[in-house]
Amino acid sequence: MKQKIACITFLLIGLLTNLNAQTKKTAPAKATAKTQPSLTNGKLLYKKHCLVCHQLDGGGVMGLNPPLIKTDYVLGDPKRLINILLKGLNEDIEIDGETYANPMPALGHLSDQEVADVLSFVRNSFGNEASVITSAQVKAVRAVKK
Amino acid sequence: MRNKTIIPLSITCLLLVGSLCAFMYKRNAEITPFKADTDQAGLKLPTGFGASKVVDNMGKARHIVLTKDGSVYVKLMRVVNGKGILFLQDKDKDGKYEVQTAFGNYGGTGITIKNGYLYASSDKEVFRYQLNDQEQVIDPANPKKIVTGLLAGKQHQTKSIVLDNENNIYVNIGAPTNSCQENDRGVESKGKAGCPILDSAGGIWQFKANQLNQSYHNGIRYATGIRNVMGLDWNTENNTLYVMQHGRDNLNSSWPKLFNEKQSAETPAEVMYMVKKGDNAGWPYIYYDSALQKKILAPEYGGDGKKEGSSAYINPIADFPAHMAPNALLFYTGNMFPARYKNGAFIAFHGSWNRAPEKQAGYFVVFVPFTNGKPSGKWEVFADGFSGLDAVMVPREAQHRPCGLAQAPDGSLFVTDDVKGTVYRIGYSSKK
Ligand code: HEC
Repeated sequence: MKQKIACITFLLIGLLTNLNAQTKKTAPAKATAKTQPSLTNGKLLYKKHCLVCHQLDGGGVMGLNPPLIKTDYVLGDPKRLINILLKGLNEDIEIDGETYANPMPALGHLSDQEVADVLSFVRNSFGNEASVITSAQVKAVRAVKK
Repeated sequence: MRNKTIIPLSITCLLLVGSLCAFMYKRNAEITPFKADTDQAGLKLPTGFGASKVVDNMGKARHIVLTKDGSVYVKLMRVVNGKGILFLQDKDKDGKYEVQTAFGNYGGTGITIKNGYLYASSDKEVFRYQLNDQEQVIDPANPKKIVTGLLAGKQHQTKSIVLDNENNIYVNIGAPTNSCQENDRGVESKGKAGCPILDSAGGIWQFKANQLNQSYHNGIRYATGIRNVMGLDWNTENNTLYVMQHGRDNLNSSWPKLFNEKQSAETPAEVMYMVKKGDNAGWPYIYYDSALQKKILAPEYGGDGKKEGSSAYINPIADFPAHMAPNALLFYTGNMFPARYKNGAFIAFHGSWNRAPEKQAGYFVVFVPFTNGKPSGKWEVFADGFSGLDAVMVPREAQHRPCGLAQAPDGSLFVTDDVKGTVYRIGYSSKK
């Protein structure tokens, strides 16, 4: 919980500096602020790119689309998670004994920052608590085998 | 004198016992008279109808069929204790069914009875079991495999089955994609040229009911261009196949520049086709738009949400709101319900997911009145309340989702649910 509060405060500061940076348009400040993911933007991105399949509550759809609630994929290795977004997923993954028929499309057209934002949002919503993902991490994963 | 009375007396006795036995046997050989639960099993129904829960918690109960004495076979999507078909009876006649036996070591969806055989499907095969006079399976461990090697993708993998009156069996083979894109459900991913998978999926195949090990090489692609079908039935009034298509998804998430969330939630229609041999319904090249009442060219094949598709494809004979997922179709031929229901269609709509963030739709059983094989009126909600919610915003909150339909020998209607494995029975009584 403490961690979460710290995390959110951190993000809020990030957000504020970001807004600040945008009004001032001072290049160096912007550069540092940009590396911090925004949960607010992540939420918007979730609604736009994920919600239709993974649903409002992150609970997914029985037999079709998996939940994003406390799964190993969401909470575990950031690299694997980033790769799911960049490359999509079409395997018989199993979560609590259930498998899911649909494929997950690749969403590699999202920017590093957008991927970081939406994944940070997912990792800190629907009852999940995990570290945020930065655009630098996304960039590093994208750079492998490109 | 004494002997003279004793003999007729004992004969009368014997006769009495005999007819009592016959009576009891007859009672046992008939379905338990319908009696509604006081809470109507949680369902909302038209006036005069009632409902009961006949069994609960069976697993993912998919399609269902009844014998002439009211016993029940249910197909499970996933095996439970290694078995995928349940045989249920109500031996004590209390209106509740108990599982008698379980057999068939495969999960699946399709199950039906025709002319002394039970037919059931896995996602790749169709099996048939010989029945005895009571329509009980004689050798549950050794079915005959009549169809094998069918394509079963990760999605739309289930096989629904129905027979005509000439010993043919019809099997849907769902297309394993949303709209035959290069990258399935991907963003702005184009459709594959000629959609090659149509040679082995995206249609209805016809096989012989009594031949072993048939597959694509000796089956007939009866109709094509049908994305995925779960609800299908043979209409005995006009001897024709009818199917309910599961329409395409993701217009907004795949084509955000062409369709907004609301348009995507409400398009395309779920449609019913009357299918004749050789028909092409046009998937993946077109979808049906209820608002425009037109077949619209799919965006994967150059469409923009307005351009019309080819007129070579057959038209639906009924259309319904988008994404409601019709999982069963049944033409009602019973005598229990009022006359207007006769020969009409019941459809179990499993309920949508692809309407998010909008409110979901479906999760109910619909009725469409029919005359001479054509709808004679608009569709209406027949049984609602399965979800236990006023509005379904997220599918996983729905407590029950209707999936299978069967007509009982007395004309009552059985409905399965594949969330909790509940079976409902809906009956009608004119006296209130
Ligand atoms: C078209 C539907 C669809 C969309 C859109 C979609 N997903 Fe998925 N997602 C799936 C499916 C289906 C799977 C499982 C694929 C499999 O079984 O191989 C999945 C798997 C996942 C997984 C791993 C399994 C789990 O449940 O933990 C994560 C994480 C995930 N998606 C996150 C996202 C995020 C974040 C977005 C939006 C940026 C998104 N998805 C958009 C359908 C979708």
